[in-house]
Amino acid sequence: MDHFPTNWGRPRNDGFDAYGTYPIAQRPYNGLGNDVFSEGVQRTQQPIVTGTSVLAIKYKDGVMMSADNLASYGSLARFKDIQRLHPVGTNTIIGAGGDMSDFQYIQALLDDLMVEEFTEGDGDGHALGPGEIHEYLSQVMYARRSKMDPLWNSLIVGGVKDGKRFLSYVDLLGTTYSASTLATGYGSYIAQPLLRKAVEGNEDNITEEEAVKILEQSMKVLFYRDARSLNKYQIAKITSDGVAISESRSVDTQWSFADGIRGYGAQTQ
Amino acid sequence: MPDMVTLSYPSPSSKPQQRQFNPYSENGGTILAISGADFSVIAGDTRQSEGYSIQTRYAPKVFRLTDNAVLAVNGFAADGNMFVKQVRQRLEWYRHAHAKDMPLRAIARLIQTMLYARRFFPYYVYNILGGIEEDGSGAVYSFDPVGSYERESCRAAGAAQSLVQPFLDNQIYFKNQVALPGHPHPQHLPLLTVIQLVIDSFTSATERHIEVGDGLEMFIVLAKGSPLYGVENIAGVQEMTVTNEGERIFVVRRNLKRD
Repeated sequence: MDHFPTNWGRPRNDGFDAYGTYPIAQRPYNGLGNDVFSEGVQRTQQPIVTGTSVLAIKYKDGVMMSADNLASYGSLARFKDIQRLHPVGTNTIIGAGGDMSDFQYIQALLDDLMVEEFTEGDGDGHALGPGEIHEYLSQVMYARRSKMDPLWNSLIVGGVKDGKRFLSYVDLLGTTYSASTLATGYGSYIAQPLLRKAVEGNEDNITEEEAVKILEQSMKVLFYRDARSLNKYQIAKITSDGVAISESRSVDTQWSFADGIRGYGAQTQ
Repeated sequence: MPDMVTLSYPSPSSKPQQRQFNPYSENGGTILAISGADFSVIAGDTRQSEGYSIQTRYAPKVFRLTDNAVLAVNGFAADGNMFVKQVRQRLEWYRHAHAKDMPLRAIARLIQTMLYARRFFPYYVYNILGGIEEDGSGAVYSFDPVGSYERESCRAAGAAQSLVQPFLDNQIYFKNQVALPGHPHPQHLPLLTVIQLVIDSFTSATERHIEVGDGLEMFIVLAKGSPLYGVENIAGVQEMTVTNEGERIFVVRRNLKRD
């Protein structure tokens, strides 16, 4: 007899042995691992449609970030008009490399978060700044890696809040760090040394024009050497005035030198 | 026919290929702690790296937990940060429940329990806890990633452990040194000697290990009522504690070579 009135007239769950009628060894097990998906659940094992490097530096007025517009499918340049810089609120931008579908999920997650945290009018004085966004993202990324179901991205979070510049990194393992120059993917090998040389120790002197020059130069070098890059990119800046993401642009490149180099141009022998 | 038989078995290479996601990484760096009669010194470099790349030149590995406990974490940085965050939360709960800070030996046992709770998905972190025991003596506890721990008077861990620990064995425990008749080796070294040993350990490790460098962060915990031993005169020293009633914590930062 079921002594719980709320259960009366409802279908019984025969999977649950409420009264311990079976001998212990024979109880039916209906817990996790016994369902139809137990063998077939697929987690992200590898990135599919990917974005390459993101670059970011601190400068006099705030933080500047750049990423190209390419989403690759393996070695195929599949989508050539993808924006990989995403504004969150009024003083934060995140830039993403790695799996673009995971990035779109993160965008949705952050947009929901901003709706949840929204307050009418001038706000309650607790608007989420870059520091909070980065902390939130790092907890999400670490939780997903701990479930062995990672979001396959390298993310850079930049912004300015209360007159303070913020620039931090988080990746699929939940690893975080901050520095005055950051670069993901190939950029961490090719662009980071250039950025450090230009920026380290000069964060408070670099003007907006100089910052743009530094990033343009690095994007050009990346385009020359990173086979998964595109000569079409955007630059975003975050200052105390808010965020601004540029239209797509490109740099002038010079390939005539390649002709004479074996391995670059047509082979002459 | 033998051929038919072999064909009916799947060859080993025809198994579905599985690539496994590796949830761990190794972020370099080294930590070190030495205890004295009434003090404890806990130090770590500030470089964070992965492979041959320096991720940042300043990522702290040494954290003040309470006014008498400092924790150094080394290994996988994401696990390390999460672990420190959770230890701090448990210490906060303890304060709310008991209106006092958790004693050092209790923090040590707490850390063992928290590490062992993850025995089958470990925090890939080597911990060294330093501070002042309830009896006023300086103490160092060292842990392995799954929680085995012991109290020691000195320990190095991390990338340059194999470079630093033998040096410490010789200079702190006087291993392979023969005392002069009538002049036994001292039980405890004075604070300024210890600080100099720590600085020397890190400059040497920086010279010989690529994952060590950029900056040195050194926490000095002094027992309640102990003299300052000249700590106040060290260049760039900064006090972390707000009162001089109980134990006091000082932090010293030094540059290390950045190459």
